[in-house]
Amino acid sequence: MADDAPLPAFADEPMIRLRGVSMRFGKHRVLENVHLDIHARETLAIIGESGCGKSVTLKLIVGLLKPTEGEVSFEGRSLAAMKEPELTAMRLRVGFLFQGAALFDSLDVYHNVAFGLRAKGGISTEAIRQKVRMRLQDVGLPLTVETKMPSELSGGMRKRLGLARALALDPDVMLYDEPTTGLDPIMTDVINDLILQTRKRQPVTSLIVTHEMRTVMKAADRVVMFYPLSRLNPGEPQVIYDGPSHGLTTCTDERVRQFVLGEARDRLGEIHGEFIPEH
Amino acid sequence: MSITQILPVHAPLAEAPTPAPQSRFAFLADWADGLGDWTLFSLQALRGIVSHHLKGRELLRVCVEVGVNSVWVVAVTGAFIGMVLAVQTYNQFHTVGLETSIGAIIHMSVVRELGPVLAAVMLAGRVGTAMAAQLATMRVTEQIDALACLGVDPVKYLVSPRFLACMLMIPLLTVLADIMGILGSTFICLNVFHIESFHYWKHTANFVKVFDIFNGVIKAMIFGGVLSLICCHRGFNSRAGAVGVGRAATEGFVMSFVAIMILDFLLAMFFNALHVIIWPMSGTRMA
Repeated sequence: MADDAPLPAFADEPMIRLRGVSMRFGKHRVLENVHLDIHARETLAIIGESGCGKSVTLKLIVGLLKPTEGEVSFEGRSLAAMKEPELTAMRLRVGFLFQGAALFDSLDVYHNVAFGLRAKGGISTEAIRQKVRMRLQDVGLPLTVETKMPSELSGGMRKRLGLARALALDPDVMLYDEPTTGLDPIMTDVINDLILQTRKRQPVTSLIVTHEMRTVMKAADRVVMFYPLSRLNPGEPQVIYDGPSHGLTTCTDERVRQFVLGEARDRLGEIHGEFIPEH
Repeated sequence: MSITQILPVHAPLAEAPTPAPQSRFAFLADWADGLGDWTLFSLQALRGIVSHHLKGRELLRVCVEVGVNSVWVVAVTGAFIGMVLAVQTYNQFHTVGLETSIGAIIHMSVVRELGPVLAAVMLAGRVGTAMAAQLATMRVTEQIDALACLGVDPVKYLVSPRFLACMLMIPLLTVLADIMGILGSTFICLNVFHIESFHYWKHTANFVKVFDIFNGVIKAMIFGGVLSLICCHRGFNSRAGAVGVGRAATEGFVMSFVAIMILDFLLAMFFNALHVIIWPMSGTRMA
């Protein structure tokens, strides 16, 4: 379990709160009675094996899915109680980098980034143009790609474009769903740096769903680890680790250790510059 | 002290509830659930038509896709249906010496039934499946979720223009199918079977009225609206992967086709009843 190392000071009231959240798709249970608090300006990484409900948690937070049981609240307001305009206003404060970037394939790069700004309304064309160019530069994309279609971009560029689109509305919360999956180690570092730069540039609360231990170690203040329900004993909580990121390497829970070691070995066995031997 | 110790992060896991035994009539509950979901989806799309979400340019693009690009297929099938009807009915009418009435029968059938049904089925096959596949792909690649995250209602943004385009374009396609069906049958009747043209057209003028054309066009509009909503709904509820996208397209077409046939029967009954109410002395008309 987590050690007692101090975490950065965050606001007392959690910005996002999950209380007793369960999620089922038909007969398939994905989440069961999960409690989670995410504080303002915190960077939280959610790790765990595939299929344990990490991405589902992100979609619950932004209201794309409704929990089967339990409550998700944003700044103390339950999402279930929000009317459509209120939910839309909340979503405009949340940037979401999807696993596959989810770019609109019928729109070019410029219009992908400008989409949220145009949908929001009340922003002049010139202001939109400036914002789009600024965000493209922020993520390291040359302005020459503005007229390209998403299908003409590489995987890393697509991820960066997805990030630029998510950041265009200056969100208070950033949700990253597997931001480095499928990328080579160099591009993984580029995306990790972008996550860190985003945090430095503006006070943003971040949630990162990832398998990548380098991302966890580099970007996260706190880590929670989900465990597949099918492998839990009755009565065991689904969140098997909740603590600082550096506590992962000294955690005595065998399941956490197995995951961290496995993931570390898969990615050149390097965490914080130290090689972790196999036990 | 860590946050873990300050906050009650974990709560004991409740025992997983035992699933209730499946009722023999569970499929009825599933069907009712699906119908309810489709109704809410349709209402949301209707709301999108009157909201500011509807963009004229997007509507125009979809109208071109639905209408202009369907012209040739509707025209060709309409013409051949008219010709086939002429070939199949001539012998029976010729035997009893009523071949000049063929025009009235065929043109009535085309205007009231075959035109709207043909246009709707062609639209379901050509446009409906494409809509279902396109939206299903957007669902699978999380583009629909991305729209919602950017503050846009995906149903209003994606479905409303498609629904409206189908409603607006299908009457034009129906009229085209009617014209081509009439031309096709007339070509065969007058040029192949050498039916006398004066009485051929006179019988048509006596039987086919403006009400019949109105009947066909209104039916077509309803078919167009329903098929677009069914196909879009299937696309929105697609399962993951290539199989899910393919299934959404197939289900969209099959469900649209069945809905068109059921609606056609109900609307035929309705319009017959309406005709009797408006013109009580004329008796019941052929549906």
